[in-house]
Amino acid sequence: MSTNFPTRAADGLRNTQQRRNLAKATNTIRGKTAKVTAELPDWEALREAGKAIKREAHAKLDQYLLQLEEMVTKAGGHVHWAADAAEAREIIVRLTRQAGTDQVIKIKSMTTDEIELNPALEEAGIRPYETDLADMIVQMAKERPSHLLVPAIHKNRVEIRDLFRAEMGEHGTGLSDRPPDLTRAARAYLRQKFMETKVAISGANFAVAETGTVGVVESEGNGRMCLTLPQVLISIMGIEKVLPRFDDLSVFLQLLPRAATGERMNPYNSLWTGVHAGDGPCEFHLVLLDNGRSKILADEVARETLHCIRCSRCLNVCPVYERAGGHAYDSMYQGPIGAIVTPQLRGLEEAGSLPYASSLCGACHEVCPVKINIPQILVHLRGRVVREGHAGKGEALAMGVAARMFGNQGALDWSLWAGRLGQKLLMRDGTLPWLPPPLSGWTLSRDFPALPEQSFRDWWQKREDK
Amino acid sequence: MNGRDLILSRVRAAIAGSPPPVTPTPAINRVWEGDREAMVERFLDRLRDYNVGVTRTSGTVAPALAGILAGRGIDRLAVPTDLPAEWRPDGVALVPDDNLPHGALNAIPGALTGAALAIAETGSIVLDGGAAQGRRALTLLPDYHLCVVRAEQLVGLVPEAIAALVPNRPITFCSGPSATADIELDRVVGVHGPRRLDVLFVG
Ligand code: SF4
Repeated sequence: MSTNFPTRAADGLRNTQQRRNLAKATNTIRGKTAKVTAELPDWEALREAGKAIKREAHAKLDQYLLQLEEMVTKAGGHVHWAADAAEAREIIVRLTRQAGTDQVIKIKSMTTDEIELNPALEEAGIRPYETDLADMIVQMAKERPSHLLVPAIHKNRVEIRDLFRAEMGEHGTGLSDRPPDLTRAARAYLRQKFMETKVAISGANFAVAETGTVGVVESEGNGRMCLTLPQVLISIMGIEKVLPRFDDLSVFLQLLPRAATGERMNPYNSLWTGVHAGDGPCEFHLVLLDNGRSKILADEVARETLHCIRCSRCLNVCPVYERAGGHAYDSMYQGPIGAIVTPQLRGLEEAGSLPYASSLCGACHEVCPVKINIPQILVHLRGRVVREGHAGKGEALAMGVAARMFGNQGALDWSLWAGRLGQKLLMRDGTLPWLPPPLSGWTLSRDFPALPEQSFRDWWQKREDK
Repeated sequence: MNGRDLILSRVRAAIAGSPPPVTPTPAINRVWEGDREAMVERFLDRLRDYNVGVTRTSGTVAPALAGILAGRGIDRLAVPTDLPAEWRPDGVALVPDDNLPHGALNAIPGALTGAALAIAETGSIVLDGGAAQGRRALTLLPDYHLCVVRAEQLVGLVPEAIAALVPNRPITFCSGPSATADIELDRVVGVHGPRRLDVLFVG
């Protein structure tokens, strides 16, 4: 099934409840992150450092992966390599079977969503329990996450109460819809699962090549439960998450919580290195996943997509995300980062409409803690969509959606602005060598005069402001 | 080709011919610049911000602990087997965690431990399974955690903490009790793990 952003975005636009929830959520988080990032005198230097570390890690990725493997193994862990999603599923199912169990507990992990692990486990007769509150809600409702960080932001408390009443057995009986009561019910329901389940599956926020240390950053404590109580721990991690040195953690442990939730530190960070005798799981497996990441690495313009630390800050500032909602992206990666990651992971043929799901306003680039130039990558991918022949109705539809989102004048500004930004990258000698369809028919035989740097309206506005 | 060779060869092909890596900006190693007392104040403020119960003493530890526990109505605690003798509060039953089964640990109302270090700027307590800390399950299963932090264990900023930690230990940063904002963005404190955290700061 192909990802059709325009159609899905139109659905999102009609969902007023969701738009209200999202506006409230993104507004709240925006305020908090702005406050705590401004508080650090070296915030800008930290962002630069984060970017430089990621660049270095990726420039020597093969060496760092091998070093990571060596160090994890030395510390008593096992490393597995999965070239694609199918291989990763196979490895995890096999390891779970070997442990002789038919249920696993899971910590929030976009990577397991990406490889569609849960259906594979179920097919193998293994029941996966999500333990992050929001993921559990989404799983119980048989839905998809709609935000990287607050995946159930599209559901209100009454819907959640009804769900818990239906799904939690005794823990759900007579439940009220107050968030503290709902949370307490989840605590009681899950405590039992934490105590009795032998295998846990997690993602990882980073892994350090130098020491073999793996880290998970979380809030609810379900992570600590999964990382500590079961006998077997299986962590899956995209190959881009490796960090060269233990010291590098100090940069990311400052960037991530402040950019993500606007906290100075999230409630819990867990770091472990292989297995620790007498403390925690006695078996640890690290699955290194490629699944298209090396392909992204090969694209010199788009490779910094891999710097992403999944803080979701770009979602919270994105006007398109706020209006269209997470489900419009039809992916576990939503918003601006989703618009560049998903087409690259799943292919432009399937998700070629996503690079158009942006106003190119630049807010995402401005706030990204590792300074990913998302607008530039969007434009680059649009170019690829056209060159590789996947441009269809998607783009025209995206413009239509934009019109509904921003109103007519807004859409006009949007498209002109986008056009100017886009052409900067395409322009040679003040003319455009080619244009996306339908204008491409025309530029086939002649150059199109470049749009002026400033639109008349921009110019008029600036003049009026003086 | 197996997955490992395949991934490595793809990665090598992807980065071949790319410019050499930029010299990495040295990790930002800013250090605390204010004075020591300001650092302590910052730490205690951050803890209060997280709704952590904060007590400071410059005297003996045991009576201070007894006071905190009486206030919370807790008379039974799981403790690491190497709990310092001067931390044993009167009137409280102490259960050493000598590899107790998880179920038994779960049934005990609270845990008392020390810490590896603490970070003022973020109000974090860092545990690493070292002296007076026990294993991770000890500070996870009981409903309440009382943590003793000595003044000399406090550092100002995150990089100072990372530099001081021993990587191959099991490390847990706790910054306030667990919390969620998953339901309509209402912040609820105390999801999994200890629902209450108290800190006794000594110094
Ligand atoms: S692209 Fe940047 S802002 Fe967006 S989720 Fe990734 S790291 Fe955060």
